[in-house]
Amino acid sequence: MSAQMVTSGLGSSAVLGEQFLTFILNDEEYGIDILRVQEIKGWEPATIIPNTPAYVLGVINLRGAIMPVIDLRLRFGFEAAEYSATTVVIVLRIKNPEGLERTMGFVVDGVSDVYNIPAGQLQPPPEFGGSIRTDYVKGLAMVEEKMVILLDADHLVATDMELGEPPEAEASTESALAE
Amino acid sequence: MSVDISQFHQVYFEESFEGLAAMESGLLGLSIGEPDSETINTIFRAAHSIKGGAGTFGFKTVTDFTHIMETLLDEMRSGQRMVTSDAVDLLLLSADQLGRLLVATRDKHDYDQDEFSTALHNLQTMLAGAPPEPEVAEVVDAPAQTATGWRVKFAPQPHLFMTGNDPARLLRELAALGPCMVTCDSSKVPAFGEFEAETCYLAWQIELNAAVPESAVQEVFEWVDNDAEIVINPILPAVPEVKAEKASVASADEKPSAARTEAPAIAEGASDANGAQAGSDDRRQTDRRQTERRSVERREPAGTGAAAATSIRVDVEKVDGLINFIGQLVITQSMLMAMSENFSLDDVEKLREGLAQLERNTRDLQENIMSIRMMPISFSFNRFPRLVRDLSSKLGKEVQLRLLGENTELDKTVMEKIGDPLVHLVRNALDHGLETPDVRVASGKPASGTLTLNAYHEGGNIVIEISDDGAGLNRQRILDKAREKGICGPTENPTDAQIYDYIFAAGFSTAAVVSDVSGRGVGMDVVRRNIKDLGGTVAVHSQPGVGAVFRIRLPLTLAILDGQLVRVGASVYIVPLIAIIESLQIDPNAVESISNQSEIYRLREEYLPVIRLREMLGSTQAPARLEDGLLVVVEVDGRKFALLVDELLGQQQVVVKSLQTNFRRVAGVSGATILGDGAVAMILDVGGIVRLCRERAADLPLLPPTARVA
Repeated sequence: MSAQMVTSGLGSSAVLGEQFLTFILNDEEYGIDILRVQEIKGWEPATIIPNTPAYVLGVINLRGAIMPVIDLRLRFGFEAAEYSATTVVIVLRIKNPEGLERTMGFVVDGVSDVYNIPAGQLQPPPEFGGSIRTDYVKGLAMVEEKMVILLDADHLVATDMELGEPPEAEASTESALAE
Repeated sequence: MSVDISQFHQVYFEESFEGLAAMESGLLGLSIGEPDSETINTIFRAAHSIKGGAGTFGFKTVTDFTHIMETLLDEMRSGQRMVTSDAVDLLLLSADQLGRLLVATRDKHDYDQDEFSTALHNLQTMLAGAPPEPEVAEVVDAPAQTATGWRVKFAPQPHLFMTGNDPARLLRELAALGPCMVTCDSSKVPAFGEFEAETCYLAWQIELNAAVPESAVQEVFEWVDNDAEIVINPILPAVPEVKAEKASVASADEKPSAARTEAPAIAEGASDANGAQAGSDDRRQTDRRQTERRSVERREPAGTGAAAATSIRVDVEKVDGLINFIGQLVITQSMLMAMSENFSLDDVEKLREGLAQLERNTRDLQENIMSIRMMPISFSFNRFPRLVRDLSSKLGKEVQLRLLGENTELDKTVMEKIGDPLVHLVRNALDHGLETPDVRVASGKPASGTLTLNAYHEGGNIVIEISDDGAGLNRQRILDKAREKGICGPTENPTDAQIYDYIFAAGFSTAAVVSDVSGRGVGMDVVRRNIKDLGGTVAVHSQPGVGAVFRIRLPLTLAILDGQLVRVGASVYIVPLIAIIESLQIDPNAVESISNQSEIYRLREEYLPVIRLREMLGSTQAPARLEDGLLVVVEVDGRKFALLVDELLGQQQVVVKSLQTNFRRVAGVSGATILGDGAVAMILDVGGIVRLCRERAADLPLLPPTARVA
């Protein structure tokens, strides 16, 4: 399923919003399409879901809805960090091709800024060498002399949705890519 | 301006399936010989609105097919046609076919052409007055003696004379075959001033009263094939008043304008006659129909089972009730709001009152919302009159079906899933339970057996009973079979209840002969599993010679379940109460271990595999010592397992929330819920945990399969 969902990539970025919410993860700045962001909330302990990969922290009660929370650091294979006062959960709301809406929370180190990035300034992601899998990356952009890595929110949510995803295999590919 | 009418398709299909259900129940209620005109009207109207809608949306096959049914029904309605049991059977089959056609149209896939044309053909034959042929009969072999003559419509094109043909010669030739009745249609002859001598204005209707082969008639017109409209219909003895006029509707894919060269079947010719009949009826009925349009009764929709409805029809009363409750909620909310604006400590009592009211409102609202998903069980019961009728005639048994408690409500999801098990139990009761009339009479019972379906509420459950006054379960045969299959040891002496329970074992059948109705022994285990999946139970009571009762007990809804809260490691989990048999403290002496891999707990002569929930649920804490925990004994697929938990907390009703909404299915977890303090807790799927456990056991090396038990 993800294969179709992922195809958006660079091509569709022009029609998407040009505003990006950026956040800090492992001292790097990442951006995500602001229209996908439902809200930003403080970190709160989640209920563990048994037999899921470590990066799935569990589920929390978001005003009566059961929302899974993903640790983006662990997801991308970075070292785990202590959750502090600035640790936040970015709640993304994604519509999949079948028209179903899903809400998912992502734990990041902290929220940074909101930038206007015209589609023209978007650079394609490098084919290799990055610290995370390139298929999550929509593109790169230079903002005020800093590099911001723009993530593909749809893909991020979609892959975590996959049924029966083998966690070990997933983790090993990621670490292999990280090297 | 163009309107996208496809948006109405869904509504049309829903209405049509309701109409079909109405038709079916009407047909089943029709008494042969002296039909109730109101019933026929209901059936007719149902057919008519299906046709009307199909016409609007351009579903031509549906329109054409329904049209013929409608014509047949109209003849019955006006008393021109007797309501015979053959006709009712045919209409029932046609309704089935129409259902399949509608499904095919809805899902945009192809329907079974052969099946369709057989059904169409049978209908047309019935309409023409001839008895329907057996479904497999090759039409070519149809007996020819049914036609006593031919009715020919001969309408030449205006240029006929220029091709050198003389109609008079053709008529003479036809007359040579036998006595002819010729009617000339001179209506197209213009006023004298416009008359052209070389143009043919005339048309003829010829009735040839001679039993000659159709090819002979065709031969006469062989040379004018392309220059005239020629329709040849057989005259069938049974229907003297058939008027052959226009053949268009039924035989859409034939070419009535050309005489057929290859000798087609009589029956096909008959279809033209039907078309003609249909055509004339059509005109006759036009005005009447207009007044009837849209007057179809809003019958209670019948869950057709096959189609998983995505929308539900809700009683207006229920919606009004909801609006009422929302109104009260708004009032309470604004009262609380007003209080907060100028709050002093004196108001605490009022605040408490307000909150209590809020709670009441919320609970009312919740109950009402739940009731929207509740539907009367008649949706599920409705299919049985037909099923019983078909089956009993097939089995040569006389059966009276009694439906009780049809208005008992249960959750829509539960209802959808209970349909198939019910069908299975009813089939079983008919096949195995009820005896044939002669056996019944011999044992002093009325020849006709009674099958009763009953539904009622009991506590938080719905109970569905399927009872028959047949022979009851054969205790000895079941026991023999169970011993033969090794389900029961040769020396064991099980109780009646245990024996009857064996019939739910996989692959168990005591039927001496495997019929296509039942007897293959697949099924009862499926029945039980389906019911278990819904959180229900099924039990059998039987008395030899008096009958058997299958009692199904189901929760009213899947949205709420009774749960036992347990602590495993640092987390709280919920085990559905229905799965729990007992909970106990561990007696260390009763624990045995098998090759240091798995543990077995001995409980009153039973050995229960122990499943350590901490390990199964991936708790990070160190494995608990057995003696510190408690065992929760659960039953899965008839086998007992002991779940090791750290603590039993409490029991409460929980609202089931899906994990899949925002996440995915997780093995061993059936859902989540929100506890009183706002925390989320996982609801364990006991069956899933056992499966997980087996999978992991399978991964263990060097363990003989027998030791895995699980």
